[in-house]
Amino acid sequence: MVESKTPPTVEASLTALAVSLRGVTKTYDSGVMALGPFDLTVRRGEFISLLGPSGCGKSTVLRLIAELSAPSSGTVRVARHEGEVLPGHGIGFVFQEPTLMPWTSVRENVRLPLRLAGVPKAEGRARAEEALASVGLADFADAFPRELSGGMKMRVSLARALVTDPDILLMDEPFAALDEITRFRLNNDLLTLWRSLRKTVIFVTHSVFESVYLSQRVVVMTARPGRIQADIRIETVEPRGEEFRTSAAYSDYCRRVSAALAPSYSGQSTL
Amino acid sequence: MNAQAAATAQPRAAQRAMRFVLPVTVFAAGLLAWELVVRIKEIPPYVLPAPSIIVLTLIKDWAVLSQSLATTLLTTLEGFVAASVGGIALALVFNQSKWVEYSLFPYAVVLQVTPVIAIAPLLLIYLEQQTAVVVCAFIVAFFPVLSNTTLGLNSVDRNLAGLFQLYGASPLQALRFLKLPAALPYILGGLRIAGGLSLIGAVVAEIAAGTAGAGSGLAYRIAESGYRLNIPRMFAALLLLSLAGIVIYGVLALVSHLVLRRWHESALGKES
Repeated sequence: MVESKTPPTVEASLTALAVSLRGVTKTYDSGVMALGPFDLTVRRGEFISLLGPSGCGKSTVLRLIAELSAPSSGTVRVARHEGEVLPGHGIGFVFQEPTLMPWTSVRENVRLPLRLAGVPKAEGRARAEEALASVGLADFADAFPRELSGGMKMRVSLARALVTDPDILLMDEPFAALDEITRFRLNNDLLTLWRSLRKTVIFVTHSVFESVYLSQRVVVMTARPGRIQADIRIETVEPRGEEFRTSAAYSDYCRRVSAALAPSYSGQSTL
Repeated sequence: MNAQAAATAQPRAAQRAMRFVLPVTVFAAGLLAWELVVRIKEIPPYVLPAPSIIVLTLIKDWAVLSQSLATTLLTTLEGFVAASVGGIALALVFNQSKWVEYSLFPYAVVLQVTPVIAIAPLLLIYLEQQTAVVVCAFIVAFFPVLSNTTLGLNSVDRNLAGLFQLYGASPLQALRFLKLPAALPYILGGLRIAGGLSLIGAVVAEIAAGTAGAGSGLAYRIAESGYRLNIPRMFAALLLLSLAGIVIYGVLALVSHLVLRRWHESALGKES
């Protein structure tokens, strides 16, 4: 069952849990067991990456947290802040594809969550433009999605996820389809946003390098049905920047994460 | 680079011009040959009228023919509006409930595959004439709207649907902001077909009604002129019907282009 839980006190919320999954499994109608049993706790403001081979249930974890699908067993708890009024307010979702509505402008795409929640038009437009500015697309509010590059579309998608000011940002391989330069730039921008907004981010990726660069914790998953293989904390001098990407510590972490990931691919331990 | 672009642009412009010039040339040559054959062989107008006589008849009989044109166009418009509203509304109902779809869809198909010319005499018995003619236009035209709209409503991007679910969209919001816009290119495609078909439906019904002795549409004029061996007027009425069909198609294609030009592949042209 999916339950909402508000943190008991404001002081505790600094270290309070944002998301907790307990003994969660997911079996599809076809009988394929995609996940679990899977346990995960994410603290408020944490940036964690889920890393694993294709089909290991990483996306399923996000869909369960977003309540887009229900677990076959176990519990999913998502903490929501008090006084929440808008549905879906607590969670922003960035899909692998930009998933924009091609028939309307970038501004209207970003305003969509507010529009669905009944926020007045003027306020919604102002907030949409604010969100666009935060991803560096202030000048493109009137453009249509097809007029933008792949990286810009992804930024619009990110702005839409941020426009409701969610506590938790779920990102499902958002930069997988982009070229490396664009991807690095978006990685840096995402880190900057995370530092200023302090959202809880759960980031699904295929890339060892991306996961180590971005996150405070890398959760390595096994092949299907997905379980936790390793939970590696990435500790370095914050704020991270390009110098971290070229440091010895970075390559050490990448090696450790790769080693943890290897059994998921070969089926046997190489540690 | 620029010179090369200009070099490829020039043949492309020439090609576009030829796409217009060639059919017009063929048309003019055909008319000329027709006119010449009729004059040289001295074929009487009641067998085959020359193009010049057809045009003269069109001008001479304009009072009668324009009246008939207006009648037929009005019938077509009524049938088209009924088909559009009915087809889209039925598709929306089907989309909301599988049970309704399973119950009614076979009958929509039956209505579509039964030739309307065979239904028209029955309709004329049970309904008032003008109503019967509009119903014929509706029967012929509504199916493409229904099936295209159904296809469009079922073609919504899965991730976008998930997004709407995530943000707690009501069924009405999902319909208004997601399903209808996503289905719009398909709906417009259906309407484009329906426009021509409702003209056909109107004509078929008018001919059926004409033999019953009443009516004043263009198709009725054709039938009536046939009995009187007024062949030039038959051709003039036929010409007007063709022009009406072309205009209907052109208007609907233009509307479709204007609505979709900012986002849909079909309207973006080849430059992008």
